[in-house]
Amino acid sequence: MATEINKQLGDNIFLTKLDAAASWARANSLWPMPFATACCGIELMSTAASKHDLARFGCEVMRFSPRQCDLMIVAGRVVMKMLPVLQRIWLQMPEPKWCISMGACACTGGVFDTYAVVQGIDRFMPVDVYVPGCPPRPEQLIRSIIDLQEKIQSGGTVNAREFKLRILPEGPSRYDEDELLRIRERNGFKFEDPKYDPIH
Amino acid sequence: MPNESTNSATGEIEAVQTRLAELLPWVALDWSQFRNQTRVICPAGDLLKCLIAFKAVGFDQLTDLTAVDLLEYGNVNDRFEVVYCLLNVDTGLRLIAKIYLNEPNLTIPSATSVWFGADWLEREVYDMYGILFTGHPNFKRLLLPQEFQSFPLRKDYPVKGRGERHNFPVITRAES
Repeated sequence: MATEINKQLGDNIFLTKLDAAASWARANSLWPMPFATACCGIELMSTAASKHDLARFGCEVMRFSPRQCDLMIVAGRVVMKMLPVLQRIWLQMPEPKWCISMGACACTGGVFDTYAVVQGIDRFMPVDVYVPGCPPRPEQLIRSIIDLQEKIQSGGTVNAREFKLRILPEGPSRYDEDELLRIRERNGFKFEDPKYDPIH
Repeated sequence: MPNESTNSATGEIEAVQTRLAELLPWVALDWSQFRNQTRVICPAGDLLKCLIAFKAVGFDQLTDLTAVDLLEYGNVNDRFEVVYCLLNVDTGLRLIAKIYLNEPNLTIPSATSVWFGADWLEREVYDMYGILFTGHPNFKRLLLPQEFQSFPLRKDYPVKGRGERHNFPVITRAES
């Protein structure tokens, strides 16, 4: 059959699946929403600027309205009071959409293990690609975008069916009280009376 | 000349001390000097009367109101001190008034009736140290969420590992 068509029309047509065609188009036209709150945002700007040139990967159209975007790049630490804003922006983005968690702080809280900073945005919203680093180099961010493009092309569907299956939270489970303390106790860390010495 | 200004400031402080002794004859104020700064420690029971008297002798601006947790700090026996930094705008004279507090009685009268600028400062002190101010017009947490349970600038609050930031809804991929 295919050879019959080939004989008639040559290279003027090709056959594919609708899912694959849609995913191919989407993967090569990602519009990022830069949620840049810290130094990772500087690397994000550098990635988009002329030296590293994100346009080579079809991902250069930064839009500051979430309604025009389909890729959220969370670059920097998210404090507790910022998280509702982040969730709201994420919910305002139209389907299909993806999320890159850029840098140690967005992924895990990084060095900011305090009461005020969210210990990884994946505890509260879905994340597709994690980028380690403090901050990551532009090459790492470009690699994550290439990985995301591969992910979209390998599993994407035209009506976003694959998202409907992901009904469970994908991040680590919620802390209940003093999770870190219990982890340390399990690892054999002894809790002596923690002396606070204000002189030193 | 530095010496002259120091002398005149000392004279002004002495004038303030005598006027305060006239206004509050029953209150034992504990005066001290440190690097040309004048400190006065007020007894907890008469705090509001002391503050009204400080304003009456010319300290018309509350430049700062904060607290210090003295847990395991040197030889100090008290737990908290609340610090009022006062300024006389006309003469430039400054005064640092302090009050010591101990658990479980962490309630003091609000200074908002004297200096209304104490509004947010007292809310922040409550937010971080859990010191309660009675008579405040809008007493609630200033910076942290209202449902927050503890007071993070206390010295017995752990630096890491408290799971108090985790009561947000979790958005799954299917829902968003």
